[in-house]
Amino acid sequence: MTRERRLAALNAELNRRILILDGSMGAYLQDFGLDVNDFHGERFAEHPMSLKGDNDLLVLTQPQIITQVHEGYLAAGADIVSTNTFNATRISQAEYALEDVVYEINVEAARLARAACDAFEAKDKRPRAVAGALGPTTKLLSMSPEVGDPGRRDVDFVTMAKGYEEQALGLIEGGADLLLIETITDTLNAKSALWGAWEAFDKTGIELPLWISGTITDRSGRTLSGQTVEAFYNSVRHANPWAVGLNCALGPAEMRAFLADLARVAECPVSAYPNAGLPNAMGGYDETPHSMETHYSEWARAGLLNIAGGCCGTTPEHVEHMKHAVEGVAPRVAPARDVRMRLAGLEPFNAVA
Amino acid sequence: MSNPFANFVIVGERTNVTGSAKFRKLIEADDYAGALVVARQQVDSGANVLDVNVDAAMIDGPAAMTRFLNLIASEPDIARIPLMIDSSKWEVIEAGLRCAQGKSIVNSISMKEGEERFLEQARKVRRYGAAAVVMAFDEQGQADTAQRKIEICTRAYRLLTDHGFPPEDIIFDPNIFAVATGIEEHADYAKAFFEATAYIRSELKHAHVSGGVSNVSFSFRGNDAVREAMHAVFLYHAIRAGMDMGIVNAGSLTLYDDVEPELRERVEDVLLNRRSDATERLLEFAEQVKGGAKKKDTAKDLAWRERPVRERLSHALVHGLNEFIVADTEEARLQAERPLHVIEGPLMDGMGIVGDLFGAGKMFLPQVVKSARVMKQAVAHLIPYMEEEKERTGLAGKSNGRIVMATVKGDVHDIGKNIVGVVLQCNGYEIDDLGVMVACDKILDRAAEIGADAIGLSGLITPSLDEMVFVASEMQRRGMKLPLLIGGATTSRTHTAVKIAPAYKGPTIYVPDASKAVPVVQKLLGADREALIAEVKADQVTARESYLAGQDKRPRLPLAEARARAPKLEFKPVKPSFLGVRSFTDYQLDELVPYIDWTPFFAAWELAGRFPAILEDDIVGEAARNLYKDAQAMLAQLVAEKWVRASGVVGFWPANADGDDIVLWTPDRRREKARLHTLRQQMDKGQGKHNFALADFVAAAGTEDYVGAFAVTAGLGEAEVAARFKRANDDYAAILAQALCDRLAEAFAEALHAKVRRELWGYAAEETLSHEELIAEKYRGIRPAPGYPAQPDHTEKRTLFDLLDARDRCGMDLTESLAMTPPSSVSGLYFAHPRAEYFGVGRIDRDQVQDYAHRKGWSVAEAERWLAPILAYDPVLKVSV
Repeated sequence: MTRERRLAALNAELNRRILILDGSMGAYLQDFGLDVNDFHGERFAEHPMSLKGDNDLLVLTQPQIITQVHEGYLAAGADIVSTNTFNATRISQAEYALEDVVYEINVEAARLARAACDAFEAKDKRPRAVAGALGPTTKLLSMSPEVGDPGRRDVDFVTMAKGYEEQALGLIEGGADLLLIETITDTLNAKSALWGAWEAFDKTGIELPLWISGTITDRSGRTLSGQTVEAFYNSVRHANPWAVGLNCALGPAEMRAFLADLARVAECPVSAYPNAGLPNAMGGYDETPHSMETHYSEWARAGLLNIAGGCCGTTPEHVEHMKHAVEGVAPRVAPARDVRMRLAGLEPFNAVA
Repeated sequence: MSNPFANFVIVGERTNVTGSAKFRKLIEADDYAGALVVARQQVDSGANVLDVNVDAAMIDGPAAMTRFLNLIASEPDIARIPLMIDSSKWEVIEAGLRCAQGKSIVNSISMKEGEERFLEQARKVRRYGAAAVVMAFDEQGQADTAQRKIEICTRAYRLLTDHGFPPEDIIFDPNIFAVATGIEEHADYAKAFFEATAYIRSELKHAHVSGGVSNVSFSFRGNDAVREAMHAVFLYHAIRAGMDMGIVNAGSLTLYDDVEPELRERVEDVLLNRRSDATERLLEFAEQVKGGAKKKDTAKDLAWRERPVRERLSHALVHGLNEFIVADTEEARLQAERPLHVIEGPLMDGMGIVGDLFGAGKMFLPQVVKSARVMKQAVAHLIPYMEEEKERTGLAGKSNGRIVMATVKGDVHDIGKNIVGVVLQCNGYEIDDLGVMVACDKILDRAAEIGADAIGLSGLITPSLDEMVFVASEMQRRGMKLPLLIGGATTSRTHTAVKIAPAYKGPTIYVPDASKAVPVVQKLLGADREALIAEVKADQVTARESYLAGQDKRPRLPLAEARARAPKLEFKPVKPSFLGVRSFTDYQLDELVPYIDWTPFFAAWELAGRFPAILEDDIVGEAARNLYKDAQAMLAQLVAEKWVRASGVVGFWPANADGDDIVLWTPDRRREKARLHTLRQQMDKGQGKHNFALADFVAAAGTEDYVGAFAVTAGLGEAEVAARFKRANDDYAAILAQALCDRLAEAFAEALHAKVRRELWGYAAEETLSHEELIAEKYRGIRPAPGYPAQPDHTEKRTLFDLLDARDRCGMDLTESLAMTPPSSVSGLYFAHPRAEYFGVGRIDRDQVQDYAHRKGWSVAEAERWLAPILAYDPVLKVSV
């Protein structure tokens, strides 16, 4: 299947039913009990610093494990798998002194995901899409790293956009079908990611659908950089997103109200992939596949969902249950396009039409 | 046109170096802290969008823009609103866009350097996620005629929308140029702007129109009176033509109607280019007003008395002047065919203006209530004539609707309800106000009897919430259908949605304040009824959902664990100067005046801000000053003529903590005289943090400690005073008197507390604190009141009243819902421990409710009823909420 035909088929499915995104990469990888040597592999055996915990590097050093994760989620019923590239930007990989292999990681990550999807597509001819994941990076554009110096920034928009552009170019080359800008804690980071993506589209002549997923950090209902859900939406609406959504930080119970806020305003499909609850005292997650299922089922029936998935702490078993929860339920219908000027600071301001 | 400013986006202009010398100096001096203060003032004075411009010769534009926007990003109260990134240099705009996470507006782009550059900039603006101001400017220069403005804007609109730029994100600035410059070609500039605006708004779909208004008056620099008049008149015409955004000084907008008529006419001649000598005539006038540029005091200026009676009535209503109202009303009546026509004609027209100004945030509650006073007095004059006519002809008047209002059973607070009633009356609704402490049956019977169109319930204390649920369920039982309106200090959108609305199938609507009351009632009793009801129902579904989803589900500590985390204080008790009870009958009112905290007084009138800064506030300052002046005048009279009496009582008893209870002993410490019950915080604040109960501030048995209590009122006679004013149709004075008594009661509590600390208990004999420090409660010891956060159980007031013998000693009493009468009363306990502090108990769990019920001798159900607002679980569902 070519990318165009796959996207057309996927969009047709999106109109018809609630699509399923995969679950957490981290939770799955933990089960493999990888040690420091597994991360380094042969290629980086001599690397001067420890690479333990650099999950993104595993696409180069342990590709068979990453493939196994993708296959696990596809078998559980995922329509979309995301690439193992959450931290695969120059800014984030600087911590491991691996800036030089960033491009390669992205290409390989997309290739692995694509290959796993191709195998499943070949069996039943249904589309399986690869979402190239662009994470928030380790730095913030709207907030100072130092309380005493609120005007300070450790990175600027142009540098960050360049980093995202490099990542997007790699993901496109590796065969990603969509770009997923996710776990957005600072909307200005997301805006620089969009800028980088567009630069990459200009350079390759290939334009991928953009999927934007923000993170509400706690019950205050705001992103880390202080925006409300609607302000966040107003601030990324210019991307004409393929979908917008919320993920991470909250469990399904806590995310419900904010998802409802987003579903009310978003003029495109809406996605949600919460954590398996809030972290418990041991740093683990308490929502079971069964308990998650209840939430997804209710969301779907309340007309809040077009795409469902899982973030931290979720497993293929969770995905299986969420698929079951939304099966046969009509997807959310987006409101008509708004003709008001929708501005935003930390809060939305919509001018009268 | 009902509300000229309602849909107008105000862009705050003071953070613009080209318009504000003060801001320029701050940026040039690198004083960014000072620059942030200017930004915050803009937000506070009501700007919807903040214009930021750092274009000046000595400033490094991109660096200054970056620094200032990064600093704004760390100030949530400024960053709240969107930015307008304003510069004539593209690199400065781009630097700004790279620092803005929200959706901003770029000001500006244009075709002055050709289509290609224009489209390139537009493409970038879109990629940065901003809207854009597009100047009417092309390769030939700025458009000055209407035709050129229209031509350029149309061309730009086509180009942009053809390239995918969303039309709603285009804001045209068709150039506001200076008029009255003496140059003939400039004479048509304003008119051209109005014409172009009208065209753009009707033909270029979804696009907006903005402009820098102060340009128009450039030739009158130094003459603020004329400039402000020009801005007011310009905006009036521009908004009518469709201008929906403007860069203005939010704090100093003058009203079209408030511009002195002769000046207005001359300004209008200039703006509309109506006569060839318009500029000369305005200059001539400007010479006269120069020097005496201060606006004349409307109250003292009697020029309006020369106008026709219709205009005089309108003027009197808008400015709240009642001096001539009876004579003017009589004159109007003699001219009218029927007395009713005076009400339906000039009086309602005048109140319509008041309503519009209020809705637009141009008038504030005290002014509206004063207008209402004028209205009532005019109507009162007409009523005998209407009744006489009715007897003669059988003709009756009509009203927009009838509303029964009441403060529910057990509650005595009615200042807010009275304000809402008055505001609704001004809008032509008949208000049947049943007063305070009204039983459910009485409200519903009355509504049925007069065929009311709606019922409004009000309440201030928490038990009133239950009573409102009861009224709602009774309406359901009786099969009533009419709308139920809910208001008052403890009510909320959430409580209405979660508890009241489910009890009644008819529309149940929460009305947050007086300014919302009119639009809600208008919709409800008008054509928009179904839409409003649907909207409210949908909102209540959302409110219920977020209530269930957003509840604080953090686990509570088990009671034993919470108790283990009680603070362990050391005690060195001081013995009070007496034990037992002492009365303070007929306390000198003038001694209370210095203790008045005025900030809540303004809050009661829905004027937000701290006293005394509120008197200088850009927006509400004038309203606050006038209100304060009236309040001071009435207070002086009230004190001098002893309209009300203030009485209080103070008592001290030997006391010891017993668990979370406090035992009060007879003076010999042999017998238990009474037992106070306190509640303990159960939230998990973490190890090492304390969970407080009031009992913690008293020593356990073994140490001879003490507790005090007080009850004071400044409302003896208050009801009679208010009734007297109401009979004279002067609700303004009635509400003012009630609000003052309320403040005096609080001042009494404060004054007595100071006396207790320094003399009666004497544990802080050396204390010397200023008035501000007193209000900020910087003293040792606390005086918590039952029903407030440190002890949310209102029933403890019964013990307090018995101990103090408050009924006999100062004429105070408690209703069945434990509201104090007279309403202007305060009571509480005294704790002297240096570490005693105010805290909120927060939500408590079932184990403490059971324990508390046992201590109080209640059933658990009874405890759950009185503690309903602080339960951490739903007593019906038995699950945590």
